[in-house]
Amino acid sequence: MITKEDVEHIGWLARIDISEQETVEYMEKLNSVLGYFGQLDELPTGDIAPTYHVAEIYNVFREDVVEECLPQETVLANTEHKQDGTFRVPKIG
Amino acid sequence: MAKWMSVAQVKEKIEENSAEEVTARYLEVIEKSKINGYVTVSEKSLEQARKIDVEGHEGSLAGVPIAIKDNISVIGLPTSCGSKILEGYVPPFNAHVIEKLLAAGAVILGKTNMDEFAMGSSTETSYFGPTANPWDLERVPGGSSGGSAAVVAAGEAPFALGSDTGGSVRCPAAFCGVVGLKPTYGAVSRYGVIAYANSLEQVGPLANNVADIAVLMDVIAGYDRKDSTSIDSKTEYQKALVDDVKNLKIGIPKEFFGEGIHPDVEKAIWNAIHKYENLGATWEEVSMPNIKYALASYYIIAMSEASSNLARFDGTRYGFRENGENWHSMVSKTRAEGFGTEVKRRILLGTYALSAGYHDKYYLKALKVRTLVKQDFDNALLKVDLLMAPTMPNPAFKIGEKIEDPLTLYLSDVNTCPINLAGVPSISMPCGFTDGLPIGLQIMGKPFDEPTVLRAAYTFEQNTDYHTKRPPEVA
Repeated sequence: MITKEDVEHIGWLARIDISEQETVEYMEKLNSVLGYFGQLDELPTGDIAPTYHVAEIYNVFREDVVEECLPQETVLANTEHKQDGTFRVPKIG
Repeated sequence: MAKWMSVAQVKEKIEENSAEEVTARYLEVIEKSKINGYVTVSEKSLEQARKIDVEGHEGSLAGVPIAIKDNISVIGLPTSCGSKILEGYVPPFNAHVIEKLLAAGAVILGKTNMDEFAMGSSTETSYFGPTANPWDLERVPGGSSGGSAAVVAAGEAPFALGSDTGGSVRCPAAFCGVVGLKPTYGAVSRYGVIAYANSLEQVGPLANNVADIAVLMDVIAGYDRKDSTSIDSKTEYQKALVDDVKNLKIGIPKEFFGEGIHPDVEKAIWNAIHKYENLGATWEEVSMPNIKYALASYYIIAMSEASSNLARFDGTRYGFRENGENWHSMVSKTRAEGFGTEVKRRILLGTYALSAGYHDKYYLKALKVRTLVKQDFDNALLKVDLLMAPTMPNPAFKIGEKIEDPLTLYLSDVNTCPINLAGVPSISMPCGFTDGLPIGLQIMGKPFDEPTVLRAAYTFEQNTDYHTKRPPEVA
């Protein structure tokens, strides 16, 4: 069971602002889903190896060659918040 | 010009008239749409078609129009994933599949509606409002590629691209009475497709018939060095279009016919199996004991991957931004305002499943269960060539019916999401109706054995007429 404090904590980890009222709503809905996930506990999986993906591919290497990339102005074209060829954001602290 | 045309018929019309006239005809139909299937109609489509008329084109899809799901990047066309957070975003590069389509001469009609970030089975979570099912405008088209399936069913595009993370091509194909393929993981490049859950998703075609699925696969599939999970299987999809299922061994996994299945759906699937038997195939029941755990495993993995993938939407480089006194506050407010409720729920659950103290209980456990589900497919497909089951246990539900309770909505993916855990190919095709709503037959195959899946689907289509039925409400 997750608590209101848990919801606030994961909201912080995920950088999503959650209001007081939303905290309760999320707590109820998330607990109902987590309750369903709990059914996996009945299945023994001790020495089973995890499957991260099914492609039979391990390391994919390529030559370290410099190629053409998108021009700076194209990359910056999707925001108004820019300055001197960089993205502009508020201060971190 | 007929409203519903196969790609072969579209090509004939281009030959008789022009690519421009064909595209103009589709734009006319889109203009009168009752279903909200497109979120963006391309202003350049007519120009693109005209260019093909003037300059000529040798590609296999020269002048043929197509609709593209709104999570696939197209230069110059807004790509929003049905989300406010990507408001105004215009990709500066094409997805690999778009490069392939343009090289083949295809004309992009526009971008289709979807559940926000492909998270849903009903296309109701889109920032642009729900898409209606052409068979009953009060019902959902399925999701998350609901726009793509609905525009194909409504004659607003001859075919379309969708993406399938846990059933997002096959569910709307079943609900809208069209054909939809989830290719083997790795068969189609994911480069330029905005990621939801990388280890599960594939781009897949939707069309009014099986042959057009193969036509599209021949264009979009193949190796791409920009997607490190891409595999060159060298498959020739159209060669698989053979009307013959003699001696084909079909497995019927009883776990896919669980509690809550609509009796008419069950009946339609068994009718289809008996049809295959009459055509010379054999069938046997197979058991896949871990399938009942697939849904929980799928959702934990998908949400965990999503929580990481969607971290990039922070208002910094593109899309919507909310002001904040510092960086953390700007990002937290942007994400609170920019994402819809279901997306936030999944990010929060995924963050929780990966967080300290819960990683082993949820994420690692789900990955281990995934191994068991994959083994179920491997074992079953050792004995038989194909597996058949209902795509969806029930026909399309009413708009608004399930949206309030996430778990109820998740449960509708019970027959589609195991396939993504195992990475195998799976097609949904029309096999009957209940109260005027289409029913989908799901055919699953061995990894990279799309040819056998397509051959079985093609044979069924050649010997039945379900795929010729059109929704009366949009006729």
